[in-house]
Amino acid sequence: MNAMPQAIQAAPLLRVSGLTKWYGQIIGCRDVAFELRPGEVLGIVGESGSGKTTLLNCISGRLPPSSGSVEFDTARFGLADIYSLNEPDRRRMQREEWGFVHQNPRDGLRMRASGGANVAEPLMNLGGRHYGKMRQATIDWLERVELDTRRIDHKPRQFSGGMQQRIQVARNLIHGPRLVFMDEPTGGLDVSVQARLLDLLRELVRDLDLAVIIVTHDMAVARLMADRLMVMKGGLVVETGLTDQVLDDPQHPYSQLLVSSVLQI
Amino acid sequence: MAYVAVKGGEAAISNAHRWLAEDRRGDQAVPEIQVDQVREQLSLAVDRVMSEGSCYDRDLAALAVKQSRGDLPEAIFLMRAYRTTLPRFGASLPVETANMAVRRRISAAFKDIPGGQVLGPTFDYTHRLLDFTLAANGEAPAAALEAEEPQAYPMATVASVFDQENLLETDAPSAEASEPFDLTREPMSFPAGRDQRLQALARGDEGFLLSLAYSSQRGWGNTHPLCAEIRLGEVAVEFTPDELGFPIEIGDLTLTECHMISTGAAGLERPPQFARGYGVTFGHCERKAMSMAIVDRALRDAEEIETAAPVQDQEFVLYHSDNVEASGFVQHLKLPHYVDFQADLQLIRRLRREWFAREAALKEAAE
Amino acid sequence: MNAGSNAPERYYNYAYLDEQTKRMIRRAILKALAIPGYQVPFGSREMPVPYGWGTGGIQLTAALIGPDDVYKCIDQGADDTTNAVSIRRFFAQVADVAVTEDTGEATIIQTRHRIPEKPLKAGQVLVFQVPQPEPLRGLEPRETETRAMHAYEEYGLQYVSLYESVATYGRIASTVGYPTMIDERYLMNPSPIPKFDNPKLDDNDAILLFGAGREKRIYAVPPNTRVRSLDFEDHPFETQTWDDACALCGAGDSYLDEVVLDDAGQRMFVCSDSHYCAERRAAGHAGPMAGHQLATPETEPAQ
Repeated sequence: MNAMPQAIQAAPLLRVSGLTKWYGQIIGCRDVAFELRPGEVLGIVGESGSGKTTLLNCISGRLPPSSGSVEFDTARFGLADIYSLNEPDRRRMQREEWGFVHQNPRDGLRMRASGGANVAEPLMNLGGRHYGKMRQATIDWLERVELDTRRIDHKPRQFSGGMQQRIQVARNLIHGPRLVFMDEPTGGLDVSVQARLLDLLRELVRDLDLAVIIVTHDMAVARLMADRLMVMKGGLVVETGLTDQVLDDPQHPYSQLLVSSVLQI
Repeated sequence: MAYVAVKGGEAAISNAHRWLAEDRRGDQAVPEIQVDQVREQLSLAVDRVMSEGSCYDRDLAALAVKQSRGDLPEAIFLMRAYRTTLPRFGASLPVETANMAVRRRISAAFKDIPGGQVLGPTFDYTHRLLDFTLAANGEAPAAALEAEEPQAYPMATVASVFDQENLLETDAPSAEASEPFDLTREPMSFPAGRDQRLQALARGDEGFLLSLAYSSQRGWGNTHPLCAEIRLGEVAVEFTPDELGFPIEIGDLTLTECHMISTGAAGLERPPQFARGYGVTFGHCERKAMSMAIVDRALRDAEEIETAAPVQDQEFVLYHSDNVEASGFVQHLKLPHYVDFQADLQLIRRLRREWFAREAALKEAAE
Repeated sequence: MNAGSNAPERYYNYAYLDEQTKRMIRRAILKALAIPGYQVPFGSREMPVPYGWGTGGIQLTAALIGPDDVYKCIDQGADDTTNAVSIRRFFAQVADVAVTEDTGEATIIQTRHRIPEKPLKAGQVLVFQVPQPEPLRGLEPRETETRAMHAYEEYGLQYVSLYESVATYGRIASTVGYPTMIDERYLMNPSPIPKFDNPKLDDNDAILLFGAGREKRIYAVPPNTRVRSLDFEDHPFETQTWDDACALCGAGDSYLDEVVLDDAGQRMFVCSDSHYCAERRAAGHAGPMAGHQLATPETEPAQ
C-alpha cells in the first residue's frame, strides 16, 4: 500500500465527512462520511424517504448541510470544502467540473431552447466561441447518445421521454466533467427504454472514466452501474461496501430486505 | 411626395397643445364645468384619482379630472407628477380606523355584529336604470332620513369579534419594525415585504386589481375570500411635529377599508386561524379596496406555497399594477422607431434574398 | 433669456428635481461608473413626461446639468423629432441652459436610439434613454432570476439565444439593442441603438450613462472602457451597411433612414443623424438628391 503509484491513485476526488442535514426537528441525513476516487461509481440506494436525495443535494452543492463538510479536488483551488468557497466560485466550479442528471429532464433542460443548444450550452459556458466547432461537437454527442442528428434543432418537447434523457446526458458530459451526479436517471421511463439507456450510461461512464454518484431505489440499476454501494435508511448509512458484496451477501436486515425485493423483478 | 415628417416638431407640438385645449373646452355655448362641480358631483372620480395618485387633495384631484377631460389614468398621472415635487415634512402617525366616524359599514361574515350593519351611500341594491330626471336637470334629491339614534362611536371592528377566541391572525408589525418601505423613494425589490406590497397595491390600477381578484375567484389561485368588513368614513390624521414632541390633529381623511378573511393560515408552529387580506383607499373606492384585499391575501400565499397562479406571483402583480408606468410604456410605442425599423427592414430583406436564392438553387438542382 | 422661460422657477427647483433627489441620483451614477455595466437600482421619480418617453434620461440630465452646460437632445439621431424637441424645451425652461444641435459643442447629449456619428470627446456626457435595462429580460422574465445571473456571471442563456439565432437564420439576427459585454464582466443592454452604433461604445472618450426611469435602473460605461459585442469566431459581429449613400449629403459612413417617397416603391436614404448631415452639406458635400426638401418644418410663429 505504500507504493507511489497507489498513493497517487488513492488521492480522493471527493471527501465527505460528518455530513448532517436537519429539517427543523426532522432528520434528513446524519453523519455521512465517505471518499470517492476518480473513475469510481458510487450508488446510493434506499427507499423514498431514506434520505438519499437529501444527501445527494448536500453533496452536489445544492443544499447546505447543517454540519459536516464536502471537499472536492477543484481545478482552481485544489481540495476545498465546496461550502466554504464563495458562491460565484462554487457555481463556476459546478458548471465547469460537474454534471447533474435529473430524474425529470424538465429540471435539467431549457425546455424553450433547442436540443442542440441545450447540449452546446456548457461549451459556451466554458468560453467556447466557435459556432461551427460547437455545432460539430453537439452532433458528435448526439450520435454518441444515439439520437438522430437531423433533429438537432428540435425542441425537447418534440422528443420522447427517453430521448429527452439522452439529451440531458449529452448536455452533462460534453464539457468533460470529472464528477457527475445522477438522480434516478432512468426513473420515469418504461422498462425497455430504461434498459437501453442504462446500457448507454454504463458504456459512457466506462469509456470516459467518469466518477459518478448515482441515487436510485432500483437494485437492478445499482448492480449495473455502481462499483460501490451505500445503503440508506432513515437518514443513516446502514451498510456500505462493494456492489457485489452488498447485493450478494447483505449484512444489515434492511439491506437484505432491499436485495430480496430485487430478486422478484 | 406626400411625406409629412415627424421631424420638425416645434410648431406641431405648440399647435397640438392649442387644439387639445380647444377640445377640452368643447362647445363654448355650454357653460364651462367648474372644478368645484367636479369635486362635488363627480366625487368618485375624484376619489379614484386621489387614491391611485397617492395624494389626498380633493380640489387638485378635481382639477386633474377636469384637465384630463375625464380620462382618469391621465388625471392620476397629473396628480403623481405634482405629488413627486412636494417637500416632505415627515410621516403621520398610523391612522386608527377603529376610531372612524362610520358612514357605511357592512359585514358578510355575521348577520349582526356590534355596531350593526350600516348600508350608507351605496350603488348596491339600486336598479341600474338610467335616471332620465337627471338628464332633465332634475329636482333636488329627497334628503335621506336621519337615524333616531346616533351611530355607535367608535364602532367596534370585526376583528374585535374574533379576539375572544383568537380566531383571526393579528397583523403584527414586522420584528425590526423600522421605517416602513417607501415605494415613492426606493425601487421595488424582491422578495417584497408586506409594506411594499400594500403600498404598490394601494397605488395600483383598479381595473388590473379587479381582474386579478376575479381571476383568483375563478380558480387561478383560489383564496376563498369572505368579506369580513367594509367600512367607509372619516378618520383623524395625527402628526408629531419635532418642535412639539406630541401628536396634534392636522385634519381628516375619508377612507374605505376592507378586510377579507379566509382559512389557510395553519402552520405547524401555530394553531389554525383565519388569515386576512387588507385593502384601503382614499375616499370611497369600494371595488378597489375589495380587490386589493383579495390580491393582498393571494400574495401572502406566495410566502408559504409555491407560486401557482398570476395573482400569487409577486413579480407579476407588483411590476404590472401601476397604471402610470403601464400607460406610459404602452403608449411610448407612438414615439418614432424608424432607426429600429430600418434595422428590421434590412434584416428581413436580406433573409428574403437568401431564401429566394436558396429556392432558386434547389430548383436548378432539381432540373 | 426672457422672463417667460424662467417662469417655472417660481414653482419648481432648478432643473426640476429637488436637490436631495439629485444627490441620490448622483450617488447612483457614481456607483454605476465604479461597476461598469452593472444596473444600479435607484429611487426613480415620477416625471412630468410619461414613463417610456425618456424619464430615465431626463432624471440623469437633471442631476448633472448646470447653467454652464450646453445641452443637445436627439431622438432617432435627429434634433428635430417631436420628443427630442419636447425634452430640449423642458430643460431650456427649467434649467435655463443653452441648447444646441451641434454635437461637438454640447456638454450633455441626451439620446434615444442612436449615438451621434461624430466621435465624442473627453468631457462630454452621452445620456441614453433606456426602455428596458435588462439584456436578459426577453429570455427570462423574472428580475430575481436575472439579477442572480449577473451576480454569478452566468450568461449561458444569452449564448444559447445567439446559438439558436445562428442555427435558425445562419447569423446572429439581433439588429438593435445588440448585447454587449462590458469590461469582460457584465452583460449590458446598450439600449435600442442599432448594432451599427455598437462599435462606438468601445473605448469611447466620453462618459456613457444609461437611465431607465420606469424600471428604476442606472448603469454606465466609463470613458475608454472595453465594450465587446457578443459574437462567434466564425460568425463575427458585423454592423449594418447600405448600398446607397445619403441622398442629401453623400455620406457613405453613416446610419441611414429610409424615406418612402411614394407608394410605387420610390425611396431615398438619408442620414439619421440630422446634425451630421447638415454639417456635411454646409461643408459642400452633396448627394444625388441634394437640395431635396425632406420635410418642411413649419416655423414657429414669432412670439
